Amino acid sequence: MLPSSFLTELQSAAPSLTVLTAREDILPYGFDGTATLKGAAGAVVFPKNATDVASILRLSRAHRVPVVTRGSGTGLSGGSVPVPGCIVLCLVDMNRILEIDTKNLTLTAEPGVITQRIFDAADAVGLFYPPDPGSMKISTIGGNVAENAGGLRGLKYGVTRNYVMGLEVVLPDGSVAHLGNKCVKDVAGYNLRDLFIGSEGTLGVVTKVLLKLLPKPAARQTLLATYASMDAAAETVSAIIAEKIIPCTLEFLDQRTLRCVEAFAKVGLPTEAEALLLIETDGHPAAVADEALRIEAICARHQALAVRRAATAEEAVRLATARRSAFSALARLRPTTILEDATVPRSELAAMIRFINTVAQKHRVEVATFGHFGDGNLHPTFLTDERNHEEMHRVEAAMREIFDYALSLGGTITGEHGVGLAKKNFLHQQLGDSSFALLKTIKKALDPDGLMNPGKIFDLAENATTPSSAHAHGA
Amino acid sequence: MEPETPFLTRLAALDYSVLQQCMHCGMCLPTCPTYVETGRERNSPRGRIALMRAIADGEMTTTREFGEEMYYCLGCLACTTACPAGVNYPVLFEAARAEVERAQVLSNPKRDAIRWFTLRFLFLRPRLLRFAGRMLWLWQASGAQTLARRLKLTRLLPANLERLEPQTPVMRRHFSDALIKSIEKPASGAPRYRVLVLTGCVQDLAFSDVNRATVDVLLENGCEVITPRAQSCCGSLHAHNGDEASAQVLARRQLDAVDLSQLDAIISNAGGCGSHLRQYDHLLHDDPQYAARAREWSKKLKDIHEWLVEIGFRKPATAPDSLRASSTSAGTSCTVTYHESCHLCHGQKVSRQPREILKSLPGVELKECAEANWCCGSAGVYNITQPETAAWLQTRKVGHVQATGASWVATANPGCHLQLENGLKAAAPSGASTTQVVHPIVLLAEAYAAERSAALR
Repeated sequence: MLPSSFLTELQSAAPSLTVLTAREDILPYGFDGTATLKGAAGAVVFPKNATDVASILRLSRAHRVPVVTRGSGTGLSGGSVPVPGCIVLCLVDMNRILEIDTKNLTLTAEPGVITQRIFDAADAVGLFYPPDPGSMKISTIGGNVAENAGGLRGLKYGVTRNYVMGLEVVLPDGSVAHLGNKCVKDVAGYNLRDLFIGSEGTLGVVTKVLLKLLPKPAARQTLLATYASMDAAAETVSAIIAEKIIPCTLEFLDQRTLRCVEAFAKVGLPTEAEALLLIETDGHPAAVADEALRIEAICARHQALAVRRAATAEEAVRLATARRSAFSALARLRPTTILEDATVPRSELAAMIRFINTVAQKHRVEVATFGHFGDGNLHPTFLTDERNHEEMHRVEAAMREIFDYALSLGGTITGEHGVGLAKKNFLHQQLGDSSFALLKTIKKALDPDGLMNPGKIFDLAENATTPSSAHAHGA
Repeated sequence: MEPETPFLTRLAALDYSVLQQCMHCGMCLPTCPTYVETGRERNSPRGRIALMRAIADGEMTTTREFGEEMYYCLGCLACTTACPAGVNYPVLFEAARAEVERAQVLSNPKRDAIRWFTLRFLFLRPRLLRFAGRMLWLWQASGAQTLARRLKLTRLLPANLERLEPQTPVMRRHFSDALIKSIEKPASGAPRYRVLVLTGCVQDLAFSDVNRATVDVLLENGCEVITPRAQSCCGSLHAHNGDEASAQVLARRQLDAVDLSQLDAIISNAGGCGSHLRQYDHLLHDDPQYAARAREWSKKLKDIHEWLVEIGFRKPATAPDSLRASSTSAGTSCTVTYHESCHLCHGQKVSRQPREILKSLPGVELKECAEANWCCGSAGVYNITQPETAAWLQTRKVGHVQATGASWVATANPGCHLQLENGLKAAAPSGASTTQVVHPIVLLAEAYAAERSAALR
């Protein structure tokens, strides 16, 4: 429940603000793209600009009302799931592209702009915005920044962080900070901009994003390689990297994933194969032609059953789009689909894949694996039923072992989805005592009242409240 | 905490796994017209499913707000094409609307009377419906309609009827039964297939020419065509509006009227009807007397475009007459764009075949319009129940159609046809649009006819 005077004061502070409070209106803001996590907000508000956001944060602070910021709600770690007694600050109405600067190769956008629109706007002037998370057709750039989203092109082009040059951030006390600028080089003071990237809404609210763009690659070539074993596919990936080729995309799908994706997208994937690599190289036409040839040869040397080239640009786009649907397509098999993103150094990929299969067998759970093989970012996905408590316990046990093993290989519990609620119980283990304490020190300095997305990433207090979960899945 | 409920809501009675299938990933959002219009989750597929699930879980009761939301949904099923998880939204949507009607949360005397008159009276009685169509034809053909419009008598109508009056479809002088014999055989050679043609209700009254064209192209492609007299409504209107019981009555009636074992296919030429007709297996799945026949029916039910492509239709050698007339000069091709009926492309997943047919026509250049598979706002009776959103979609659609510069827009559903025609008329400065609306099959039939008359010359 929100304090009684809060909403009336909010309406007088920002009269044009859309505020939803009816049950039917706010219930659909109780979740994001993460399985089994659910919460309930007291209200959902839709600011139009940074001034609105500042008013809301000041008032929330006065009334001690927690604020959970969200965009389209496609997150995969429960980062935007409401906490008890909170308001949800939904930024989808702040959706203007403010500037494309073709002299400095930058784009300035409000946080509610859809990622695909950023890509399209850049593309229209011969430029390129590389980060392409699976949900890019609907995810917002603000959410991408808050979660430091990755994507299929991460291998060569990096993640959202690598393209953020500047941010406008409303701090928990309602003041507005401008971090970064259009300069390629800038070493003035601490790099505070980077602190907010991937901060999952726990430090402030991003209200403007200045993005770096690249020249559009002149050519690209997509290849599909099929394998009779996952190991052979993993070895191919290691060999490509070892031969000093960095393709733009190096994606892996196991047979289960492959079949679900094909059932949905019908793009002619070979469903008989045990494993499939989707490889894309881009850049200068001559370099692309050369790399494609060399990759084909490496695939052939590593027992590929077949290697095929996408015939047209349209086919390449269809294949990438199909791959992006993998996580959702897996939901065809079982009622609950729990996606993880344990990531290991690339040299350990084959070991990690073998371990996932062993653990799945040991705990008798169904796991489908796909992911960004080229950057060691795996998506082992548990296919289960949240209503089967006994099975869910086995899933949790398997998940814990996978995290433990990834960490023992020098990996991370999350490559690109963020910690949110789903993985916060594993963060301390990964970071160790002093780094973990440092996180809390920073949080307390910026958000002394602990009102910005509380209980996400870590709990400040031991007795902190968290949203309900149908299961104790990570929460 | 579950509130005590004396009986199961329609949503709680559903197979729960259908609700669970939605993993709320959000892939549906950018394709949902109502979400794009408002940017609010409750107006999105996953938001609506969350509300349905809350009712099924007993977390929420069936409220008036819920009812309004379920009727704000177009039922265009664009979400089903976008959904990688394969959520069966049509089943959820129909159960939710049935629940809204069961709980009577939207009930009021006027709405109840309209619903009774249309769903329970007019559209359950095929002969009465055709009689009403005949009366409307008399009104239009006698000049009474024009006179009433000119004398501004339509102002005497209640405001919402006055708004709808200009959209009244023009009735045909001859309905299907007068144009089509109950059995027709190909002019030459033994028939390769025997098929049944469904004439529909609005289609039968306002677009009986489409039905005639359907029979013509089937004959031309070696099909013997059976067309039962005075056919009933298929029940899609009922199923989409929460009246499952009437939908079942009508489905049984359809099944009783045919001997499926004698047929290779049952042909529908209206996107909206076909989409529902395919669902008879689901609609009657727990009716021991009809379930088996309903399954066979659903298996044999084909959209006309789908069937023609499946049997390898013959490509015509001559351009259709009406297109030749609108080509600017001899030898140049005529530009046609294609608007996909939602229930044809999303409901039946028939998207490639109508285009193949259009591309097969000599002298036709198919130019795609933006958002071809977006709803035009007709959506059954949506343009009557939700005029604002329907008008927004209509304007958006007409804009995309006009941007192609096409002189023809082809579409395969009577609701879309009327919505496009009205939209194009309203957008044309003189009130007479230069872009005409046509069913793809009418063009194909014309092309075959032009071929024959060329051979005679």
